[in-house]
Amino acid sequence: MCLGIPGKVVEIRDDGPLRMAIVDFGGVRKEACLAYEPEVSLGDYVIVHVGFAISHVDEEEALRTLEMIRAIDAEGMAQELGAMGPGETASGVAAVGGSGAPPGVGSGAA
Amino acid sequence: MKYIDEYRDAQLARKLVDEIHRVTTRPWALMEVCGGQTHTLVKQGIDEALPAGVRMIHGPGCPVCVTPLEQIDKALAIAARPDVIFTSYGDMLRVPGSTTDLLSLKARGADVRIVYSPLDAVRIAAANPERQVVFFAIGFETTAPANAMAVWQAARLGLGNFSVLVSHVLVPPAMSAILESPTCQVQAFLAAGHVCAVMGWTEYEPIAERYHVPIVVTGFEPLDLLEGVLMAIRQLEEGRAVVENQYARAVKREGNREAQETVFRVFEIGDRKWRGIGMIPASGYHLRPEFAGFDAEARFDVGTITTAEHPACIAGAILQGTKTPLDCTAYGVLCSPQKPLGAPMVSSEGVCSAYHAAGRGLATPRAVPLYELTRSGR
Repeated sequence: MCLGIPGKVVEIRDDGPLRMAIVDFGGVRKEACLAYEPEVSLGDYVIVHVGFAISHVDEEEALRTLEMIRAIDAEGMAQELGAMGPGETASGVAAVGGSGAPPGVGSGAA
Repeated sequence: MKYIDEYRDAQLARKLVDEIHRVTTRPWALMEVCGGQTHTLVKQGIDEALPAGVRMIHGPGCPVCVTPLEQIDKALAIAARPDVIFTSYGDMLRVPGSTTDLLSLKARGADVRIVYSPLDAVRIAAANPERQVVFFAIGFETTAPANAMAVWQAARLGLGNFSVLVSHVLVPPAMSAILESPTCQVQAFLAAGHVCAVMGWTEYEPIAERYHVPIVVTGFEPLDLLEGVLMAIRQLEEGRAVVENQYARAVKREGNREAQETVFRVFEIGDRKWRGIGMIPASGYHLRPEFAGFDAEARFDVGTITTAEHPACIAGAILQGTKTPLDCTAYGVLCSPQKPLGAPMVSSEGVCSAYHAAGRGLATPRAVPLYELTRSGR
């Protein structure tokens, strides 16, 4: 019952004692209470546990996590390449590193 | 599905596995607290893809598994009463009590109903004023806001026929209890992301400091778990021990204030017994005195309850992480999801059911994970 999954808010009902929503989980629609996520609006993604939204998904942070993972090879290889001689190619870094990835992989989120 | 598929990307997973191998220089033992995380780790073979010597110890974070036998026997005694509609999350129905389970009671005619949300139980109470409606309010911090709201709404509606059988447990005291144990092997924790979505992570900061143990708030998808492991190992390798947040897309340091407010309006912290572990001080929620009228334990006299665990079941040691299901002589032989002896084999968050679903230690072929997390050769 601790398994919460993110779903998209597709309908909001404000008429009852509690703010309720219909949340779409990849095609399966369920009712969820928004009492604990009062700021949520249509189209937002919420994490629902036993019929209650307990959190919303922060899109910026969601992308940042993926960016940091994509950047790992760049950092790891740069370190390994740093230990090599200048004749070694660094092309792998550019190929897999992604663009503009922040430094300090895995430490910036805390 | 958005926010799920991208965190299951096999290429990125392999990248994380490579990085974990690259940064690891020594053996380490990490505990994932939450049973949902255990299932993903085992199903995807993540624990087996880690460097030799890096071990995942599975934690007690399965609410169904740690609900004490006494509470389950009480639930069974209340559910057997003809005047009662007994409502529960679905996971509890097959959990064995001393002599039977809720599903068997239902088959024998008891009015036992599965609810998705505790608000459904409140609705059933409103629609059946002549019956007593009891909700089995179990779980960790994740279900507490929902369960608290059910009591709050029942009070608002003046539903005299609604009550709750409470068996709520809390994660941080259990982590401290594990760390206090003289046999503790845990060197770092992956904290349960959704528990922290509700409560935040300030409670974990003193634990990290006091026991010098890294704690990484971690999500539930394969990439989340791999990144959580990487962040924890980086801390271990560097000799740091702080709380970090891998699951930033869903968890804020302060947690969900609105949810916490309702939880503490309805519940207060008190001692709780954990199945397989025993009493842990200040490790659970009880109804506040002003909501005592909704306490099913006070409303129904269930007489003296004598409990008995199955003698072959080693769930206690498994829940504390000192043994794995593969150490159990009953696992896969006397005990299976179809015929469970103990709670960890029943629940979708139990360690034994996770191992069984993945075919670990069984003669039958192993379920194929989404992708093989072997190291990519580069």
